[in-house]
Amino acid sequence: MRHLISPLDFTTEELDQLFDLAADIERDPQKYAHVCEGKILATCFYEPSTRTRLSFESAMTRLGGKVIGFSDANSSSAAKGESVSDTIRVISCYADICAIRHPKEGAATVASSKALIPVVNAGDGGHQHPTQTLTDLLTIRSLKGRLGNFTIGLCGDLKFGRTVHSLIHALVRYENVNFIFISPEELRIPDYITDMLKEKGISYQEVIRLEDVLPELDLLYMTRVQKERFFNEEDYVRLKDFYILTPEKMELAGDDMLVLHPLPRVNEIDVAVDEDPRAAYFKQAQYGVYVRMALIMTLLNLAN
Amino acid sequence: MLNVGKIEEGFVLDHIKAGKSLELYDHLHLDKLDCTVAIIKNARSDKMGKKDILKVECDIDMLDLDILGFLDHNITVNVIKNGEIVEKKELVLPKEIRNVIHCHNPRCITSIEQGLPQIFFLADEQKEIYRCKYCEEKYAERRNRRAK
Repeated sequence: MRHLISPLDFTTEELDQLFDLAADIERDPQKYAHVCEGKILATCFYEPSTRTRLSFESAMTRLGGKVIGFSDANSSSAAKGESVSDTIRVISCYADICAIRHPKEGAATVASSKALIPVVNAGDGGHQHPTQTLTDLLTIRSLKGRLGNFTIGLCGDLKFGRTVHSLIHALVRYENVNFIFISPEELRIPDYITDMLKEKGISYQEVIRLEDVLPELDLLYMTRVQKERFFNEEDYVRLKDFYILTPEKMELAGDDMLVLHPLPRVNEIDVAVDEDPRAAYFKQAQYGVYVRMALIMTLLNLAN
Repeated sequence: MLNVGKIEEGFVLDHIKAGKSLELYDHLHLDKLDCTVAIIKNARSDKMGKKDILKVECDIDMLDLDILGFLDHNITVNVIKNGEIVEKKELVLPKEIRNVIHCHNPRCITSIEQGLPQIFFLADEQKEIYRCKYCEEKYAERRNRRAK
């Protein structure tokens, strides 16, 4: 039985198949409207995450399946002290596939080791969020037409941002990806990532000013500075508005540079940029549903 | 000087850091084996000053010594057959360690989930880095190991 716990659980060939299926779903969603009839997805969310949960629920509903679940730990048996291992054993009797989000790192690994049904990691603390990475990859592939042979700028909180770390690990498997890390000194990309890039001989540069590198970018991946990652309010306030992408800055960028963002956005992208055809972050949310539809079908062996 | 007799078949674990033999006894689960075990503490050693020695009389396939590679590289493992040393085992770092060390990451699922085995995998053999199987946090402290 297959699970998805880390973005690297699938080979690039398997990802190609998944993305081909997602692209076909995008072309003709009606063709897939009944493929999961009679199947149940359990969404076990031990911490609130409206966007990810609704994306999973939308995906299963669009495939004709049904959804059960809970959306925070207080409304689940976890509040009574039940372990993740026990909960997933019980859920295995109720559903055909499970998406789990948990504040503790490694919770999805534990769930997958005890589950009798496929488990999808919908975020385990600051560790992994693989369906976000698949969403990012599908968006890039669909809108750029390729995975590889581009320069991507990652901007904002590169120290704590798990979506950024996962995306880098996923992109290094493709050819000729050039990374530019744009962050304030305090939120620099961790050394273990730059060490990994050096070992693999992959080119990267680190800069502080976004404006300096905008003309070079094929893709700009913006991130939010997350308040919950800071120990003191002062640091957060000082850094939260360090980067704000505005229409003026967009003038420095190439005509086909795409702007991505995992959302939710706070101040880091001015709402005026939303009208720019290069702003792809809302399309990204749509691709998130397609890729989850393809993933559910693949893990339930309904892809062929 | 205390004398402990020869063993016919089994292992002699020599050059154990003084005082650590009981810890190894636990990690090797020797309490579960129905065999003769001699624990020699604080024996005189030219090389180390003081050392511990463990003599275990058992079938040589009965003991999994991989964990020794993690706990202490410097232990000498002599394999005994018919009362003679037939092999000096090279200690290597085990690929996986179970219930020997604990994850110190407070955000790790092991901090709240009961009955979960503590599993670490060898992530980088050259740098001797182990990571928690669940949260992938690096295990920073190598408490029981001596400098090479």
